[in-house]
Amino acid sequence: MIRLATCSLCGCFGCHMSFLDMDEKLFDLVEKVEFDRSPFTDIKSVGKCDIGLIEGGLCNEENVEVVKAFRENCGILVAVGACAINGGIPSMRNHFPLEACLAEAYLDGIGIDHPQIPSDPELPRLLDKVMPVHEAVKIDYFLPGCPPPAEAFEVLLEALLKGEEPQLPTNLIHYD
Amino acid sequence: MPSIQEHADLLIERMGNRPLQILIEIQRRFGHVPDDAIGQLSTRLHIPFSRIVGDVEFYALLSREPKGDYAFLMSDNITDWMQGSRVLFSRLSKNLGNHASLSNTSCTGMCDQGPALLVNGLAVPNLSASRIDAIADLVKRSIPVSSWPEEFFRVESNLKRQSWLFDDWQGPHLKGEDLLQALQDCALRGRGGAGYPTAKKWNACREAKGEGRYVVCNADEGEPGTFKDRALLQHRADRLFEGMALCADIVGAEHGILYVRGEYRYLEDHLKEAIARWSRPGFEIELHWGAGAYICGEESALLESIEGKRGIPRVRPPFPVTHGLFGMPTVVDNVETFCAVAAIASGGEKAFRSLGTEKSKGTKLLSISGDCVKPGVYEFPFGVSVEALLAECEAKDALAVQVGGAAGTCLDKTEFGRRIGFEDLPTSGSIMIFNASRDMSEAALNFARFFADESCGFCTPCRVGTSLLAEALESATRGGEAVSEIENLNIVLRASHCGLGLSASRAVMDMLKKFPEHFAAGRAALEGR
Amino acid sequence: MKTIHLDGHEIPFEDGQTVMDCALAADKPIAHLCHLPGYTPYGSCRLCTVKIDGRFSSACTQPAREGMQVESETEELKEMRLGILRMLFVEGNHYCPSCEKSGSCRLQHAAYNAGMLDPHYRPFYPKREMDASHPDILIDNDRCIFCALCVRASRDVDGKAVFDISGRGLATRLVVNSKSGLLVDTDISVEDKAVHVCPVGAILVKGRGFEVPIGMRLYD
Repeated sequence: MIRLATCSLCGCFGCHMSFLDMDEKLFDLVEKVEFDRSPFTDIKSVGKCDIGLIEGGLCNEENVEVVKAFRENCGILVAVGACAINGGIPSMRNHFPLEACLAEAYLDGIGIDHPQIPSDPELPRLLDKVMPVHEAVKIDYFLPGCPPPAEAFEVLLEALLKGEEPQLPTNLIHYD
Repeated sequence: MPSIQEHADLLIERMGNRPLQILIEIQRRFGHVPDDAIGQLSTRLHIPFSRIVGDVEFYALLSREPKGDYAFLMSDNITDWMQGSRVLFSRLSKNLGNHASLSNTSCTGMCDQGPALLVNGLAVPNLSASRIDAIADLVKRSIPVSSWPEEFFRVESNLKRQSWLFDDWQGPHLKGEDLLQALQDCALRGRGGAGYPTAKKWNACREAKGEGRYVVCNADEGEPGTFKDRALLQHRADRLFEGMALCADIVGAEHGILYVRGEYRYLEDHLKEAIARWSRPGFEIELHWGAGAYICGEESALLESIEGKRGIPRVRPPFPVTHGLFGMPTVVDNVETFCAVAAIASGGEKAFRSLGTEKSKGTKLLSISGDCVKPGVYEFPFGVSVEALLAECEAKDALAVQVGGAAGTCLDKTEFGRRIGFEDLPTSGSIMIFNASRDMSEAALNFARFFADESCGFCTPCRVGTSLLAEALESATRGGEAVSEIENLNIVLRASHCGLGLSASRAVMDMLKKFPEHFAAGRAALEGR
Repeated sequence: MKTIHLDGHEIPFEDGQTVMDCALAADKPIAHLCHLPGYTPYGSCRLCTVKIDGRFSSACTQPAREGMQVESETEELKEMRLGILRMLFVEGNHYCPSCEKSGSCRLQHAAYNAGMLDPHYRPFYPKREMDASHPDILIDNDRCIFCALCVRASRDVDGKAVFDISGRGLATRLVVNSKSGLLVDTDISVEDKAVHVCPVGAILVKGRGFEVPIGMRLYD
């Protein structure tokens, strides 16, 4: 069995939803693949895997830790979706100082009852800027799209399961 | 005191339709270019407001925002670094009040007497801790720059070796067809670095269709480590004007323009007097100033700049000899080339042909700086070996020699037998020497930053690629893996619009190849992590 | 009939045509962004870089010459173009999912054709001001690639001078011709060609966002 791990960092789980859009193809997939850490299994830490799929970019220290753990444990690491690849929509906050973002969200925004910036030590610290995952670790393959279409996941996994180099046809490359 | 608009009006009346020259004057007067002045120029000269904004934001020596009573720009060439400029920068920055500003600028052409800075556009060479403290004190006491000690602004010509180009030739005076033939017989090639045959260029200009003609002298020497034209402008201005006039006579031009880099403003009075003293009927020479843009050393960018635009290199073809200044056939040559023509024309022809090598006749002026006892300007016959240069300027323990400035070639010890000349090491004349104590990754980073600062921004590979190159080298100094990234950028940069982008990775690639151990500290750190 | 050789194909040309002109006429397109037929060749994006007789040159500015040997679809040039596209993507802020030009964007389309899956370089995330001052027209500078098509259209087609490129290096920026620096204070009108020539989503007509459904857009 091929072991596959997935996670969503600073993303919206849309890429995971698109993964599930493979529909009946998923039945074939689970014949060949066993899921490790993933929202599908609820396993909290990544073990030794053949393939890791990363959704979302890096916005806090935990994201960086997770992606490094994925890199250590996964033979092949794939950046999935716009956020993982270039920071995506969350990186639009890079145009504002972090303090201004926090103030807008927790202090000055509309409808805030008890203005305070969360400071629980349990919360991972935010990075100054949202970054693509390839800024922290080496990435082997990229699956663009917001989200990537289900067929793109199929093409990718089919090739990787056969031990071949994935070749995404032009019609499956899109950034939106 | 006249208002900003009135001041702009006076300048327009005095200087005519020369927007960049007017902007430079406004910058000198007000310490910046106020929007009211831009508006007045726009209205009076019928130039879109946005285009003048484009100019002001393009040239490093112009600014839209006030920079205080004292605007300091520290020369940031690798030779300045080697002479301690970065320490002096922080020393000065700690002691400046809020009516002064300080930032870096590209090589100011004072490498033989650095570190140097510009204050309100005027060069101050030979900086030391004590001079920096004296400057900080003058600022603290609000002494205007015009009342600072004169010796602060003294620039030495450091002419260490002069021969043919400086000799007083007393021969039959050649001109017109005879001179063109002599230039061809001498196989004189342009001294700016590219080495285009001078006679061929002038002939092409003469034969091009057009109502008027221009002769333009490129004295914008901005290549890091180059300062040899400084010596000619200082000591042989007449010879230069003579060369321009001889060219004008051949191609049929009535107007000559001498475009001097803004960093050489200290030569202003001298050049103005020299032009006035020299004047000839039927040919007038106009002095134009650059305003801080390396790219304007590229001939078509220089023409754009004279026309008052941003210095963006033109699409070629057509070339300046057919479509040059204001669309007219134009000869653009380097200071040294015009001086060489004048020397050939006045009796130096035979001697010229006996000097140099088969493909590189005559002599070459070299600006030598870096780790040597006698930095300065040297005239050598073409074909001189790097070894011989090092001996002459007393460079001991040389590890590397950068020939041709940041855009040139980096030589290691095994290559010091190579020779200056078009067949081996063509150069505009910049020679920078690094001794064994130097870290070549610093030089690589310095050059990469230089290109990122000086990219005109027109084309994608250069605008973005030069910054990525600097970033890759910075990451290398922090321990990152940079080699494959730099190799990739080296490929993409080859798609650049002009020579700036095309040569931006050249020295860096040389240094990576020849001094891998200087970059290895970074790699080892990465492996150990 | 005069011809050039483009990747082994013989392509006819007429005097005055560039390599790009005759390649397009022969339906052998070379990737391009800043070029648009009918506009003065500019040569800034460098995407159309080809190798002519062993030297790199932009096809859009290079006059065709009899017997010219032009390489375009080689691995070397494809790598170069991919690099150029990646540079354009990291230099600006190109958030395709939230851009209303997505699907009809020439930059995006060129990147798809080049097989670009990732930006490779570190994104610059520059801070650029948006100009929403005009009632009908929006300038989103995040997306500008400095192709100057709007500059050329305003000057050469509209007979105005609304746009200009200012600054230098990475500080290069699109400016408009008004003292305030705002579009509303220029003489632009929504009918101007300059408003409609932008290859990316930098100049947009307001009130018309996401008109065409996904799947039916220009390059879908």
